[in-house]
Amino acid sequence: MDKRNININVEYLTRVEGHGNIVINVKEGRLDTCRLDIVEAPRFFEGMLRGRSIFEAQHITSRICGICACGHTLASIQAAEDALGITPTEQTIKLRKLLLHLEMLDSHILHIYLLVAPDLLGVKSFVPLINSHNEVVRRALRMKKTCNDMCDILVGRHVHPISAIVGGFTKLPRQSDLDAMLDMLKKMRTDMDATVELAASLKFPIFERDTEYVALISDDGEYPLLMGDIGSTDGVRMNKKDYKKITNEFVVPHSSAKHAKLSRESYAVGALARFNLNSEKLHPKAKEVATAVGLKPKCINPYLNTVAQLVESFHCLEDAISIVEDLKNTSLHYDEEIVVGLNEQHKIPVRADNGVGAVEVPRGILFHNYQTDKNGIITNANCIIPTNQNTGNIEYDMMELVPEILDKSDEEITLAIEMLVRSYDPCISCSTHLLNIKFVNK
Amino acid sequence: MKKPKVGIFDFACCEGCQLQIANIGEDVLDVLGSIDVVEWREVMSEKWGKNLDIAIVEGSITNPHAVKRIQRIRKKAKILIAYGSCATIGGVNGMKNNFNLDDIRKYVYGDSYRFFPTEMTKAVHQTVKVDYFVNGCPVYIPEFVAVLKAVLQGVPYYVPDYPVCVECKLNENVCMYDRKVTCLGPVTRAGCNAWCINNGNICYGCRGMVSNPNEKGAQDVLAKYKIPMDLILNKMNMYNKCRELG
Repeated sequence: MDKRNININVEYLTRVEGHGNIVINVKEGRLDTCRLDIVEAPRFFEGMLRGRSIFEAQHITSRICGICACGHTLASIQAAEDALGITPTEQTIKLRKLLLHLEMLDSHILHIYLLVAPDLLGVKSFVPLINSHNEVVRRALRMKKTCNDMCDILVGRHVHPISAIVGGFTKLPRQSDLDAMLDMLKKMRTDMDATVELAASLKFPIFERDTEYVALISDDGEYPLLMGDIGSTDGVRMNKKDYKKITNEFVVPHSSAKHAKLSRESYAVGALARFNLNSEKLHPKAKEVATAVGLKPKCINPYLNTVAQLVESFHCLEDAISIVEDLKNTSLHYDEEIVVGLNEQHKIPVRADNGVGAVEVPRGILFHNYQTDKNGIITNANCIIPTNQNTGNIEYDMMELVPEILDKSDEEITLAIEMLVRSYDPCISCSTHLLNIKFVNK
Repeated sequence: MKKPKVGIFDFACCEGCQLQIANIGEDVLDVLGSIDVVEWREVMSEKWGKNLDIAIVEGSITNPHAVKRIQRIRKKAKILIAYGSCATIGGVNGMKNNFNLDDIRKYVYGDSYRFFPTEMTKAVHQTVKVDYFVNGCPVYIPEFVAVLKAVLQGVPYYVPDYPVCVECKLNENVCMYDRKVTCLGPVTRAGCNAWCINNGNICYGCRGMVSNPNEKGAQDVLAKYKIPMDLILNKMNMYNKCRELG
């Protein structure tokens, strides 16, 4: 066993968003290479934003990712409004929080059911599950559709929301829309309870590695998703404007690649990071579920990120219900509906400034940063997505995991590693710039 | 009838148009019931690698590797569907073509830019033959279903060649020009049911330009509302820059 050679090369890892390769090389029982390569065709979003109006930034950056289009929208709007010096109204903030909840639910359900569950049920994708677990697949698609339908009502559609823009919303939900959303949300409760049963029946691999977890934190009692400071389980706290001090891009020797690190060699973002930092602020129902499935902070098993997503789904569902009920009771101010276009009418004053958005999206903390000139034209842009921040941490996990499972077959090792990477729910198509790519010149 | 073998492939894109398929909900099982999806990396580990009846392709062609890959897919597939704006017109990826390619690589990747080869963004039909087009960013699912039906019946699908304004008027929206903002509806192909304007936003031109835009009429509208030509051109380049490649 000591002299074992293993060469694993997973080209185009499946059931993740975007293109990534896994390379593992064990020579005579010693781990030689262990990499997650990002091979997505770069799209140069930050470069393309230069010269565009700040009022176009949301529309363009939403197209970074179809899965977290609403998250990019919200981070982009926050950065733009920060640069323009706009403070959103209370109603706008509520609606944005609702939108973020809907996307979080939608994305977590997609990941739990269609991307992770097939591994744990021993099949290659959800397609065989259509026959073997028909009700489970139907439930997943039904829940996804509900989230999608609610986004249709709130912002026109989920993939590339239409009405959420700088300054507020171009269309506000009517009373009948709120009733419809509330009805759909409440009906989802049954399917969510069934999801807990499913999760409880799944066996997640046992593997632990202590690392630093990074997420938004705040002083109030709310589970912070849309706003807050940046915090870590190692005690770091910073204003979002200092996000570059969090990500600390640095060059790895023998490689042209950059990694993200804070207090240690790597850090992790995402549902598990948020849970580890803010679990006491979760909705009581979500806490109940966490207790039922045995998830406690600080949890350092990366496979359980999926379980943290399940717990968060309950929080998002219940908090979404509270927001919609609140909106129904207070009645919306329809005079806040706005028409901005490219600000041809100069309704919103523009200025030369620099704005940062930091929003918790399904896969972790997302940063958008724009610099504008006096005409409101973007001169510099920077977007740092969760997956970029996680890639280094995934590699350190792999380095520790592989030696622990060397007694298993190549297929089992490959599956264990694939599942590890998938548990982070990587969104490689998002990779605006590939922070962690490594090149091995052989 | 034997179910056609279908592969779903992605190039440079956000994968949102593929996600639109999952967003159909339980009815997707009916769609999947009429075809045999044998390869779909985003949600399946199964790999096919053999000949296909239908290839659905999302994304733009942006580097040498992609050119080779799309050519291989074209050879294997009887029917190729360009799916979503990135595939049909280059989409937002085309904005890259506004810049010197080395400069934009250096801007995003700094000293490591040499490791990120890129070419002028192209729509799929600017590289290989395309049989059907499903426009939109994202695609409009009712139109995708219509195209899929046409493919299964072996008949052509004609993308509407009249402007979004036609659908917008039928929906009784107030014209964005009357609300004092510019909109690309007058020059953009319909087929989305004026999705964005229905929701209070403007048309950004994601479905591509009509083949014979009423230029005189558009100029009159711009003159009436005192809108500079540059603003409109810049807007058109958000999705339609690749049209310049012919």
